[in-house]
Amino acid sequence: MIDNILRALGDPALMAVVSLTFRVTGSALVIASALGVPIGALVGLTRFPGRRLVTLVLYTGMGLPPVVVGLVVYVLLSRSGPFGPIGWLFTPSAMVAAQTIIAFPLVAALTMSAVDAVDPDLRFQVRALGATRWQTGWTVLREARIGVTAAIVAAFGGIISEVGAVMLVGGNIEGHTRVLTTAIVLSTRQGDFALAMALGIVLLLLALGANAVLLQLQGRSR
Amino acid sequence: MSPARNAEFEVIDVRHRYGARTVLDMPRLDITRGETLGIIGPSGSGKSTLLRLLQGLERPTEGAVHVGGAPMPFPVPLSLSRRVTTVFQRPLMLDRSVRDNVAFGLRLRGRRDAAAVEALLDRLSLRHLINAPARHLSGGEIQRVALARAMALDPEVLLLDEPAANLDPANVARVEALIRDAQARGTTIVLVTHNTHEARRLAHKTLLLMEGAVVEVNATATLFESPSDSRTRAFLAGELVY
Repeated sequence: MIDNILRALGDPALMAVVSLTFRVTGSALVIASALGVPIGALVGLTRFPGRRLVTLVLYTGMGLPPVVVGLVVYVLLSRSGPFGPIGWLFTPSAMVAAQTIIAFPLVAALTMSAVDAVDPDLRFQVRALGATRWQTGWTVLREARIGVTAAIVAAFGGIISEVGAVMLVGGNIEGHTRVLTTAIVLSTRQGDFALAMALGIVLLLLALGANAVLLQLQGRSR
Repeated sequence: MSPARNAEFEVIDVRHRYGARTVLDMPRLDITRGETLGIIGPSGSGKSTLLRLLQGLERPTEGAVHVGGAPMPFPVPLSLSRRVTTVFQRPLMLDRSVRDNVAFGLRLRGRRDAAAVEALLDRLSLRHLINAPARHLSGGEIQRVALARAMALDPEVLLLDEPAANLDPANVARVEALIRDAQARGTTIVLVTHNTHEARRLAHKTLLLMEGAVVEVNATATLFESPSDSRTRAFLAGELVY
């Protein structure tokens, strides 16, 4: 078994799967963070009518079942769907889209809580030192950086381990849309437990790496 | 009433409420450019609220704070807000080093002045903490860093809310020396303090505030030595017990 796992780890096909996993999850994470951090910060920093509703939607979005997101994205991208003509179904782009939708509420809602947790008096004190609105917002966001980092890492953990959405919209096509999680499902079904284990180990190592980065960032600010 | 030519602030017909509670009721208060106005009064008398209105952090429920003869516009333009800075009663430190906290206001203005930052820390006996994380300082140290952070800007108007509370005598002296330097540079200062001795040492004029209303405002010596209002006499008598 161990020998087989080691052999599987050296398989060049594995590198392709790992590389696609990184590209899909990485792209989704970058897009979700680029949208989710500013939107979460804005919701956390401002008071407006309907804010509670937005909060409710974001919190609910944190619990979206990936397979349901996959289903909706599938329907939207299917040939007869509204976005059918762009031809994304069963491509990595569809997988990025689905994972972005899963990651966005996580990033936005957790960023919002992190910003909310900063002492509200700090904004007044920063303004009294001559900060513009933008400088005030940026300063508060910086104070919340540990929470914001945690938001991004939580979203990473959520989508890199997710299988339902990428399976549905990607189709688990070898050399094209196969990522770590879908490859594990397939290998297990085929009885190739050594390969499935090897893939699982790689997935765990990636998660470990991500958390190491988080701890590193937290350590720097303490 | 014509605006006083050398008025820094004119508080005109201001009534400020939090919900149904009126926290400040001030028909008129002039703060002259270059003077130090001490504000004394019991807790909850509206002293800190007045500072928030002068800084432009809150808009008065009624009336206006006039600056340069015109009511302060909201949102307060940067050109106005940057003339004034406040040292808060409960100063909050940014999650950065002492150096970066003191330089923060300068950085907001795109300026750097390492020498000024270091000089201020020297004078407040904080130089050895320059690289320390500011959140880990003691209360008295935080209070001094907050003063340095405001002083680094050399503002035209300095609003100080209990700047020397909780400091030991040596540090009170250091803080007061910095305040005197600002006075010598012509800075307008509003000094909120529960310590009547501090007001006596530093303020040109002193105001007694009670329950949101001005009881008496007078030249400091006059207010302390021959108060005209019976409540002032009672307040000072109570204070002098300490």
